[in-house]
Amino acid sequence: MRVLKYGALLVGAGLVLLPLVWMVVASITPEAAIVRYPPSLLPGGFTTDHYTQIWERIPFGRQFLNTVVFAGGVTAISLLLDSLAAYALARMDFPGKNAVFVLILLLLMIPPQVTLVPLFQLLSSLDWINTYQGLIVPRATNAFGIFFLRQYFLTIPRELDEAARIDGSSEFGIYRRVILPLSGPALLTLGLFHFMYNWNDLLWPLVFTTETDMQTLPAGLALFMGEHVIEYGLLMAGAVLTLLPMVAAFLLVQRRFIEGIATTGMK
Amino acid sequence: MRARRTATAYAFLAPTLIVVGVFMVWPMLQSLADSFYDKSIGPGIFVGLGNYTKLLGDPAFLIALRNTVFYAVAATPVAVALALGLALLLNGHVRGRGFFRSALFLPSVVSLGVVAIAWKFLLDPDIGLVTYWLRGLGVDVGDGVRDADVAMWYLIGVGVWKNAGFYMVMYLAGLQTIPRMYYEAATIDGAGPWQRFRKVTWPLLGHTTMFVFIIAAIAALQVFDQIFVMTRGGPHFATESLVYLVYRKGLQDFEFGYASAIAWVLVLIVFVLSLAQNVFFSRRAVRF
Repeated sequence: MRVLKYGALLVGAGLVLLPLVWMVVASITPEAAIVRYPPSLLPGGFTTDHYTQIWERIPFGRQFLNTVVFAGGVTAISLLLDSLAAYALARMDFPGKNAVFVLILLLLMIPPQVTLVPLFQLLSSLDWINTYQGLIVPRATNAFGIFFLRQYFLTIPRELDEAARIDGSSEFGIYRRVILPLSGPALLTLGLFHFMYNWNDLLWPLVFTTETDMQTLPAGLALFMGEHVIEYGLLMAGAVLTLLPMVAAFLLVQRRFIEGIATTGMK
Repeated sequence: MRARRTATAYAFLAPTLIVVGVFMVWPMLQSLADSFYDKSIGPGIFVGLGNYTKLLGDPAFLIALRNTVFYAVAATPVAVALALGLALLLNGHVRGRGFFRSALFLPSVVSLGVVAIAWKFLLDPDIGLVTYWLRGLGVDVGDGVRDADVAMWYLIGVGVWKNAGFYMVMYLAGLQTIPRMYYEAATIDGAGPWQRFRKVTWPLLGHTTMFVFIIAAIAALQVFDQIFVMTRGGPHFATESLVYLVYRKGLQDFEFGYASAIAWVLVLIVFVLSLAQNVFFSRRAVRF
């Protein structure tokens, strides 16, 4: 029974890690060795050529920067806008509050792909295709983020607001000096969600960028693969460099991250 | 005073409402309006329900709908069952629990589009390592991603790879909520492992299962990334999904009206599932 349990877990973990391990192996193996038949998990040979060539064969540095700006920009702006909206919904009473909340819930239920075609037309007419603002601004707020932070803000005792209000604090002051400082873990978790989601996204940058120099890494690599004779070693080096920041970030804060997902069950 | 508070509240909401209005609600309404027009670049002609009636006779749409439903019907239960199995294995005292949990969750944090490149390599019909292993086990994988009968199963496999660990974490959270004494009581009453699962775990995980099942189905209905990287919808549209078809018709062929109609079919399907989820879960106290 014990053997079976650990056997199943080891096989499961092995299968899950296989493509990631293979990526690393292939990225440091000479092309001739990785396309040899029969294939092997350890084809032998060693090279760093793929890692030096990737910067020249595609504008990898530029696409890396694009990915950082896109994912970082969306994360920073969305955290600000999400938390402002969540504050109003969680801590204030005003006419129309329910309508706004229902709108947020409705947005959560609609598949985001439905807006791609009209957004493409809209961004084209604004001349925002192939721009950072075109990639970032339509995602500057997020229904899930607002919902997530609202739920968190609701758990912060109301007495704290009242105390600050008696001390003459404005609403913005309460938001900034009471609520935000108490929401560090929630903001960090949500920030990670936003950053990973956008860093990893393929369809969005595929639609709103057409120039190689404006693509993010997932789109850039996928299109490079589609357009050239496939050079797997090179692609795997690019893939490793693309995934590395996310894997590192995850390993650093995995506990909080996994708990964040377990408690929200969303996204 | 009240008016001022209202004004303050809307000042907090204003940036969000502007972005939501301009970049989410308006495009959605535009998309709905477009779906009643025969429209490419330019103003277009009103055709009423023309696009929708055209869909019913369009093999491209019917194939994509069938593929999407097939993908969701196959990938959802497999991913959910695996997630439950892994969660049960990892629940309780397991040596290396942290390692296994992190390893199994890792696919959730990496880009599916990027890992799909590695999967395409591993599943290559000529030189792929996994193809080689599968053939060694006597599995007939034909021409792999170039084979209409095999390609969809590969895409399902990659989708399950991506999501099972994520759902596993939700099951682990669900398992945490079951009081230990229920198991102790069942054991005292003479229940074996299977009976404990059947009579305690499974019924008490009912809500988790329902929740995971619905979000898994919604995610599956939106499948795109591994299709784009591994098959581009081929061979001969055998793996084209609804989202891929929206992408192809709307953003490559610029048939804005027709693509919008396809997108709204997807909205309708996903919305019904989401609504079922919300109705189901608002009837009990959700602890977020």
